[in-house]
Amino acid sequence: MIDLSVDLGFIKLKNPVIASSGTFGYGLEFAPFFDLSQLGAFVVKGLYFCAKEGNPPPRLVETSSGLLNAVGLQGIGVQRFSEEILPKLRKFETAIIVNVCGESEEEYASAVDFLNRQKGISAYELNISCPNLRRDGLCPALDSEATFSVVSLVKNRSSRPVITKLSPNVTDIARIAISAQEAGTDAVSLVNTFLAMAVDVDSRKPVLSNVFGGLSGPAIKPIALRMVYQVAKQLKIPVIGMGGIFSGKDALEFLIAGAKAVGVGTANLIDPKAALRIIEELKDYCQEKGIKKIEEIIGSIRA
Amino acid sequence: MIVDPRARIVDKKSWGNYFLLSLESPLIASKSFSGQFVMVRVSPHPYPLLRRPFSIHSKDENHIEIFFKIAGTGTALLSQKKSGESLDILGPLGKGFSTGQAVEGREVALVGGGRGIAPLYLLARELRTCRALPKIFYGGKSLKDLPLKDKFEREGFEISFSTDDGSCGYRGLVSDFLQAELEKLSVSRIFACGPEAMMKKVCLIAQARNIPAEFSLESQLGCGFGVCWGCVRRIRNNGKAAWVKICEEGPVFPAEDIIWQEEK
Repeated sequence: MIDLSVDLGFIKLKNPVIASSGTFGYGLEFAPFFDLSQLGAFVVKGLYFCAKEGNPPPRLVETSSGLLNAVGLQGIGVQRFSEEILPKLRKFETAIIVNVCGESEEEYASAVDFLNRQKGISAYELNISCPNLRRDGLCPALDSEATFSVVSLVKNRSSRPVITKLSPNVTDIARIAISAQEAGTDAVSLVNTFLAMAVDVDSRKPVLSNVFGGLSGPAIKPIALRMVYQVAKQLKIPVIGMGGIFSGKDALEFLIAGAKAVGVGTANLIDPKAALRIIEELKDYCQEKGIKKIEEIIGSIRA
Repeated sequence: MIVDPRARIVDKKSWGNYFLLSLESPLIASKSFSGQFVMVRVSPHPYPLLRRPFSIHSKDENHIEIFFKIAGTGTALLSQKKSGESLDILGPLGKGFSTGQAVEGREVALVGGGRGIAPLYLLARELRTCRALPKIFYGGKSLKDLPLKDKFEREGFEISFSTDDGSCGYRGLVSDFLQAELEKLSVSRIFACGPEAMMKKVCLIAQARNIPAEFSLESQLGCGFGVCWGCVRRIRNNGKAAWVKICEEGPVFPAEDIIWQEEK
């Protein structure tokens, strides 16, 4: 019997595979495909205090082994989520993480205050790194002080553990991660999408209405992996690694590089059972290598 | 909706850049209705990354058919698949045409432009089962762009054609053809699928005559099952304009709910 569980300190997951925010809907969309209780955790689509309209289309462009999106966090807001979705999620025996968004520090605080009163949430993932909310791609995660400020505020208000989701669109991601750690975050997750663009050569216009979008998928995996490695080396708190994970082997690379758990994102859109398949592939790897406990391989990189 | 990772290609037909594949997938076939679609994985590798959407063109107990024209890397790869090979398909997805509201014994017009003809074959069959009288208008640039002409005729449907160059049927746009023909018919509903400009014109024609109409809309789809929120279009939702997911709430919408895109 292989033990796939991982202990993040503030929460123990039955396995290290987490379905990532923005690619897993509100969870229920995947219930027709598999039993959500098999996941280590899942993170619901980003929620603001209020419902959000999102960006006009075109919102998507497919690029070489990548997906460029500028959805702009369209969503139903914390209240409708709590009333209509959350009661149906509670029956699943897995950690439910709510991705929390805000355009201002007050808005993050309002969302957290509201969610604190709801049952059945294991942790918050603080989204300070969505590149699609402003035309210039700016967000708090691009700056150490802004990161420290919003993480401190949310951490003070939150009755639950807080995972801070970091942006890769910085020169030194470890520095931002350290700021989040100093502000008291319980874990960091990285990376969010890479700020990117595509041009229509016939019209000579940007393909996305928002001009820039966030790049995800296999195209970003090696860069995401490098960043996770850099951050994991410098942090005391757990790192959740993500970026283009499509297979058990991809997940293993992140775990070996130091991630305590991994996020599966874009893969869910193409293969609704991707997360489940990756869990199986991790199990197969452990079996083959005679590893009894998956935690043995975390951070085991020989470098 | 289910994932069928091994839907075997049992038949393949082609006409130039147009292809018709018959896929064996009893579970998906048994649940499919006209206007719904499937998402097809064209490669097991990360490029092209996303599944491609295809309307369900036809079905029997165990099979569905998809009809497409090569439009890019994904459809080009798909066109190279051979009979006997398997495809990973996800479906049936979306909400289809509301055939239930077609009145028994009444004429209904089905308007298809180019590859937009795809969902209208199954729709025509369903309408016939409801004892409505489908009149099909199939338009394209030229005769070679009407590859399904024979198939519709063989099935005994009442179908007429239009081509931009006059090589088959009415010379001109299928929307103009429809407008002229409506003088002679008493159509109680219109269903259309095709290029945006064509559908917009058909919508104006329908609304001028107070004929209820439904349109199968296109958009860039990410996942096809409602989780990526990439495929939205401007739709009136309970009277209020909103960005609505084509894959989940559509792809078929009634005329009164659609806010057509501005000309580019």
